[in-house]
Amino acid sequence: MYRNTYDSDNTVFSPQGRLHQVEYALEAVKQGSAAVGLRSKTHAILLALKRSTGELASYQQKMYRIDDHVGIAIAGLTSDARVLSNFMRQQAMSSRMVFNRPIPVNRLVSSIADKAQVNTQEYGRRPYGVGFLVIGQDKTGPHLYEFAPSGNSYEYYAMSIGARSQSAKTYLEKHFESFADCTLEDLIRHGLHALRESLQQDKELTINNTSIGIAGPASVHEKDVPAGGSFRILEGEPVEVFLKSMVPKETAEAQAAEAPAAEAPPDGAAPAQAGDQDVSMAE
Amino acid sequence: MPDGSYAHPQQRQFNPYTENGGTILAIAGADFTVIAGDTRQSEGYSIQTRYAPKVFRLTDRAVLAVNGFAADGNMFVKKVKQRLEWYRHAHAKDMPLRAIARLIQTMLYAQRFFPYYVYNILGGIEEDGSGAVYSFDPVGSYEREACRAAGAAQSLVQPFLDNQIYFKNQQLPPGQTRPLHLSLSDVLSIVIDSFTSATERHIEVGDGLEIYVVLAKGRGPQGLEAVRGAQELTTNAEGDRVFIVRRELKKD
Repeated sequence: MYRNTYDSDNTVFSPQGRLHQVEYALEAVKQGSAAVGLRSKTHAILLALKRSTGELASYQQKMYRIDDHVGIAIAGLTSDARVLSNFMRQQAMSSRMVFNRPIPVNRLVSSIADKAQVNTQEYGRRPYGVGFLVIGQDKTGPHLYEFAPSGNSYEYYAMSIGARSQSAKTYLEKHFESFADCTLEDLIRHGLHALRESLQQDKELTINNTSIGIAGPASVHEKDVPAGGSFRILEGEPVEVFLKSMVPKETAEAQAAEAPAAEAPPDGAAPAQAGDQDVSMAE
Repeated sequence: MPDGSYAHPQQRQFNPYTENGGTILAIAGADFTVIAGDTRQSEGYSIQTRYAPKVFRLTDRAVLAVNGFAADGNMFVKKVKQRLEWYRHAHAKDMPLRAIARLIQTMLYAQRFFPYYVYNILGGIEEDGSGAVYSFDPVGSYEREACRAAGAAQSLVQPFLDNQIYFKNQQLPPGQTRPLHLSLSDVLSIVIDSFTSATERHIEVGDGLEIYVVLAKGRGPQGLEAVRGAQELTTNAEGDRVFIVRRELKKD
């Protein structure tokens, strides 16, 4: 009821103890098209759905390379994303120059989280309107982080952000325990299945609207990847072979309907979900 | 020189620069470029180290050799590499060689009133596939050439190159013509002979030699198969290729 009177100044709490401007910023992230991240023992990957304004238009870039070992997928205001990714690149380069080593991924994510927090506490500044999924490899292995304009960041085994991302999250929740030992090809297949869940009716993943970001050693379908595996973005033709590895939708629905009947599901509500699009979960 | 005598006015001041010796050299072929430098770093009559690289791979098609004041040289290379990384972020590809050359000019001139005390030689493959050498002075004056030597033994090596690469002061017997382009194995021999000779007669040259060879895309490895110890540094198999060859030089 009081939401409107307490939501124009960033520095004013509502009586319920909320900062509405920050929550509106999180809404902006939810308006962006979906991005999915997941990791195994050896790799961390990102998959993003690129949006286009129409058949004649190009597709909006969803991924940025930050350094050899770090890449991000964005959801939300693209202009804010450019500015923040530029800042991340500066931080990464500065770390190499000053300390002669690549920046640890958690340190990099903390630096933008702290930067974003400033905009939630200073009068006259608006929060950033973009969220990131950050993947990287460092001395402690592969990592996946979510960054939100609230200034929160958290590490995940798998995560999705953006429009209809809850459907993708449901898929990830169902399968994440098998990710750790996946090959890169299987990991990408899981990621594409998760991303597919976030599509609207009648839409499908194509080489034009799908981006794959990989941190880790090369897959069998890639060539020219330096040892150790620098972060790289696959778009267009190179994505085709991975799209083909997906299980077709009709078979997937049938499998999902069978499997819960064969296992004994802890909650009986599971079966119909896997094939539905635009399912909003009430847990 | 301040000497404590009361006879004349004296002043001491911190000298921000010093000379670290060494020599670098680059030669451009039709579809390859060779960039070399010795590895000795000295100050006065002392050797600071027998192995301090002066030649650096920037991209699969560009190699930068820096000589003069080592601290400025090393820092300058780091800054050039950072600029190339920003370019890669913005354009998702490597900078063309002549763009790197122009960039180096602007970076050097930006320090016009406290210069990088460095003589740079940039070598590699141009966008049209030809071998190229660009040489710079400490404040950014630059020019594309077929060959250039810089550093302590420049005065010994450059005349040798003028004679062997440009065929200056040489008269062929009547009826004979010069080859239009030198082969890679000829150029490598000239480079190694330049350094062994400079080592003989110049105290600041010696210890070791690093030769970088950049081959244009599509040019086969002829001239390199027979070379002992050649190592490939190329990261992208689809483009130009970079190799390194190391040799010993006399340590006295």
